[in-house]
Parts: sequence; structure tokens; C-alpha cells
Amino acid sequence: MTTTDSPQPTATPKGPVSRATARRRRSGDTERGFSRVFRWIATGAGSLILATLAAVALFLLLRAWPAITASDEEISSAVGRYPEGTSLLEFIGPLIFGTLLAAVLALALATPVAMGIGLFISHYAPRRLAQVLGYLVDLLAAIPSVVYGLWGFLVLAPVVKPIWFWLGDNLGWFPLFAGDVSATGKSLATVSVVLAVMILPIITAVSREVFLQTPKLHEEAALALGATRWEMIRTAVLPFGRSGVISAAMLGLGRALGETMAVLMIISPGFLIYSLQILAGAQHQTIAAYIALDFAEATGLAVNALIATGLALFLITMAVNMIARAIVARRKEFSGAN
Amino acid sequence: MSTATMESTERTRALLTSSEPRRKSVDRLMTVLIWAAFVVAMIPLVSLLWTVLVNGSGRISIDFLTYSMRGIFGGDPSGGIYHAIMGTLIITGWAALISIPIGLLTAIYLVEYGRGALARSVTFFVDVMTGIPSIVAGLFVVALMTIFLGPGARFGIMGAIALSVLMIPVVVRSCEEMLKLVPNELREASYALGVPKWLTIVRVVLRTSVAGLTTGILLAVARVIGETAPLLVAVGITDSINLNAFEGRMTTLPVFIYRQYSQGPATCREDQLNCIVDISNQNAWGAALVLIVVVMLLNIAGRLVNRWFAPKLR
Repeated sequence: MTTTDSPQPTATPKGPVSRATARRRRSGDTERGFSRVFRWIATGAGSLILATLAAVALFLLLRAWPAITASDEEISSAVGRYPEGTSLLEFIGPLIFGTLLAAVLALALATPVAMGIGLFISHYAPRRLAQVLGYLVDLLAAIPSVVYGLWGFLVLAPVVKPIWFWLGDNLGWFPLFAGDVSATGKSLATVSVVLAVMILPIITAVSREVFLQTPKLHEEAALALGATRWEMIRTAVLPFGRSGVISAAMLGLGRALGETMAVLMIISPGFLIYSLQILAGAQHQTIAAYIALDFAEATGLAVNALIATGLALFLITMAVNMIARAIVARRKEFSGAN
Repeated sequence: MSTATMESTERTRALLTSSEPRRKSVDRLMTVLIWAAFVVAMIPLVSLLWTVLVNGSGRISIDFLTYSMRGIFGGDPSGGIYHAIMGTLIITGWAALISIPIGLLTAIYLVEYGRGALARSVTFFVDVMTGIPSIVAGLFVVALMTIFLGPGARFGIMGAIALSVLMIPVVVRSCEEMLKLVPNELREASYALGVPKWLTIVRVVLRTSVAGLTTGILLAVARVIGETAPLLVAVGITDSINLNAFEGRMTTLPVFIYRQYSQGPATCREDQLNCIVDISNQNAWGAALVLIVVVMLLNIAGRLVNRWFAPKLR
């Protein structure tokens, strides 16, 4: 604690001030001693985060490269799951499709409910209870995904199976519900329900914040014009929160895309097919679950192929998240509240 | 709003809506739907906690908590989760040890020093990083470390690094919010007394926000302690106790749960004593109960610390 330096320039007692000191003075940077060190440490920590993200992209690409450049014969003979002559792209394509399908379905289920909860906490729930009820929803985010997997397979699947059978019998003409309904409930539909529960908290948290920011004057103006509570929400709150809800949904999408364990433990996987039949078993697999399933046994080029698959997931989620964050960031500047 | 205005508002509203009963019924319908949305979200939470409690509590015993799975085969019910508990503590501990300094210093950078393009991009990419899929973090560590340590390298510390990739952005986010709450007057008062900036940050800013920082860190730990996928990829699994994060595979509670779940029912001979067919499921539920209790305790502790020790700012 002895770095509180003696008053004013110590380096240049007399004569012309050294150039470095002068420059520092001009830029308003008069830190000395440990203060400068501390600034560099803090800045270094910030830069380290950027470096980490760059390293993630770089090393995934580096290790995926052998698989990306390998010929179809090489890769299909190295990876047991690839049939003869399958290229990396032909194998990853259906996985990306399955990942997107599961995530989009989960999003379609979760967004309306999450908006409802957001409105419930911001405008409907009794004031005193609102915060506690918010915690309860946040608790859903605290539960580990592996427990969701256990619960999804052993508790949820038997419960929703009759519903899937009913849908298959009565709405079988609809492409999503076509095909043989899985007798175990280990289908993409069950996975989507679990994923929807898992992404509820993040969508709720963000949309709740946005709804709470609605200018009070807008709400009161709507009410003063004789609007009912729902009409007030429809005309004042929802338009104000639209971009917030969109970015919340995209954040939820990012979570759903990367979720591993719940998918791995519930789905009965199917490879190399593009299938819309979400009620049937052995039709889909997601990237994350596939990696977790096969990584332990993989060696050599197979590891590179798995890392290439992971790189695809990384790029997709990065794109989704960056778009979502960009929307949030833009919203901050032109929030309309001012 | 005074009672008189309230009453007149109600009267006006009643007058305006009485001619259009549809508007009123739509309003009522939406109120019901919005309450229903909340109830729908509570069903899985209650169901999940209840199932874990009912299925898991039967397995919990001193033996279950203090024995490992070493040499346990088939339906033998004498195994335990001691190795997984220790693995969880060690790996999460290392992850916290790596993440807290980096995360906290980054938050300090963003709040106290951050100007210009670097600070903006750090803020943006920290947000983006919160969305990295956990399995990608695991793959990254394997992709990085196997270059230096050979293709079969699976250590506890690799899992800790993977977890810190996931944990750092959470720590930065919450610590940043807390540091922003510290009033500028406190900093200025400290500068006016001639205290250098770094000492102001350490002794004034951090001291003021220590409760909030603790909360943020506890919640971040609670978030990564349940991670499975990166550890499955980067640490592997073992049935024995391993307390050294720098050598050999380790088991954590979430990975243990997955392992037991994927083993399926055991085959027992008819005359075999000491054999339970669904022992692996029971083990999984027991470990899930322990894990959920730990996570919930961390969450509650986080909230309480913030409530009790938060400085009174006026």
C-alpha cells in the first residue's frame, strides 16, 4: 500500500518534461505506480475474454480441418456411423435439420407461454407476490439439464404418449404428425416439450424486463381512453415490447439449439434422414446429442469429424446469439421510452 | 390515484364497455389465459421437484454418500456417490478459481476503465459467450489440450477450463451490474482524499458491492455445477475416487446420473441376494436429489446474502 506516490512528476524533476509524460498529461492519463499496473491487469482480463472466444473458433477449426478436407471414402471408413461413401456434409445436414426442428418447435411452444408469464408478472400478479413468482420461474433455469432428461423420459414421456397417439390418429394427415407414433414416447415431440420448459425462464426473464419498461404514460393514456386491461396491453405494452420479445425468443432459440443432455437421454436417434415426423421414433438427432453420444468411442479422424460437427453448431448458435444481441443493443438506443 | 378518481374511472370504463360485451369477455378470457400460462409453467417445476424427492429420498443413506462405485457390478446396491460428490466439488472449485478473478477483473475493466471500441466489443462478446453451447466448450478444451497432451487426455482440470468458459460471462454480467450500482460520490470522495484509483476500486468499490458480487458468483457456480455435456466430453468417467484434477478421469454428479441412467436395468438371477433390478435408476434419482439440493442451497444462499448484506444506499 505504499504506491501513493509523492506529489507530482517524479520522473522529470527539472527541465523539459519528457515526451512520454507530456503525452500522458495531454490525454488526461495521469496514473502512476500500481494504478497503471492495475489498469493493465483489468484490460488484460477483458481482452482475455475476446481471445478465448477467438481461440474457441480457431481451435475447433484447426482440429476440424482434417475431417473437412478428407475425401468421402476416408471419412466414411473412419467413422462407423457413416455409410460407405457418405461425405461429411451429407451426414451433418440431417443433424442440423434435426437440431433446428427441435429448437424451433420448442420455441413455438415456449414463446406464447413465456409472454403470458412475463405479462403475468409485470401486469397481472399482485405486486407483493410478483417478485417471488419471478423467482419460482427462475428456479426452472436452476435445475440441471441431466435431471430434465431423467424427468422427461421417466415421467413426461408416459404422460404425453396418449396425446401423441391421439394426434397421430386424428391429425395424421398433417405432415408433422404423420408416420407411426413411437410406442415409447422417445420422439422429437417429447424432446421439444422438455426443451420448451428449459428455455421458458430466459424468455420470461427478458420479456418481463421489457414489459416493465413500458412508459407508464402510454398505459395510463390507453386506460383513460376506456381500454380494458387486455386492450391496454395489446395497444401499449405489446407494441413497445415487440423487439424485446423477438430477441428474447432468439436467446431461447440459442439455448435450445445447444442443449445436449435432455435430447440425448430422451430421443431415440435416427441418422441420415430429413424427416418431419416428430411423433415417430428413430427419425431425428441433434448435433449436441450426437457428439455426446459418440465422443467417448471416437478415435483418429472420427474425433475430427465430431469436432467439425461441433463447429457447425458453434457457428449456428453464434449467429443466432449475435443477431439477438444486436437487436437488444439497438433497442437500448432507440427504446422509444424517451 | 385518489378513491374518487378510481371510482369515476371504473364508472367510465363500465359505461364504455357495457355496450360491447365482447370486449369485456375478451378481457376476461385473456386474464384467464395469462394466469393459465403461469400455472402451466409451474406444473413441470412442481412435478420435477416432487419426482426427484420421492424417487431419490429412498436411496439416500450414509453409505450412499460415503462409498464410491469401485468394484460395483450389476444390481449390487452397496455403491455410492462419494467419488462423484468429490469430483463435482473439485472440478467446480477449480472452475470458480479460474473464472472469478478473470470475470471480476473484466467487470472492473468494463465499469471503471472501459471506453471505446475494446470495451464495446468485450460487452458484446460477453453477451454472445453466454450463449455458447456447453458441449462446444467441452469440445474446445479437448481440441486444445489433446494437441499438447495426446489424444487420450482426460483430466479434471480440462473440465474445469470448459466450465470456466461457460462461467466467466455469467460472472462478468452479474458483477458488472453490481459495480454499476456503486454511487460515483463514493469514488469521488476517495479520490479527493488522495487515494489512488486501484486502491479506491479495491477498498471502496469492491467493499461496497461485496454482497452483490457474492450473490452473482454463487448463482454462477449454481449454474455450472449441473453441467453434464462438457464434462462427459472433457473429463470422461470413472468408478473410483480421484482427488487429483491433474491426473486421470473424474466423475461428477451430473455425469454419474447420466451414466447410471444409460446403464438400464440390471439382470438378477432368481436366487441372487443383494441384487436390485432397477438399482441404476435408483442411483440416478438419489444423485439427482443430492445435486438439486446443492443447486437450490446455492441459489437460496445467493439471494439471502444479497438481502442481508447489501449496503443501504440512499
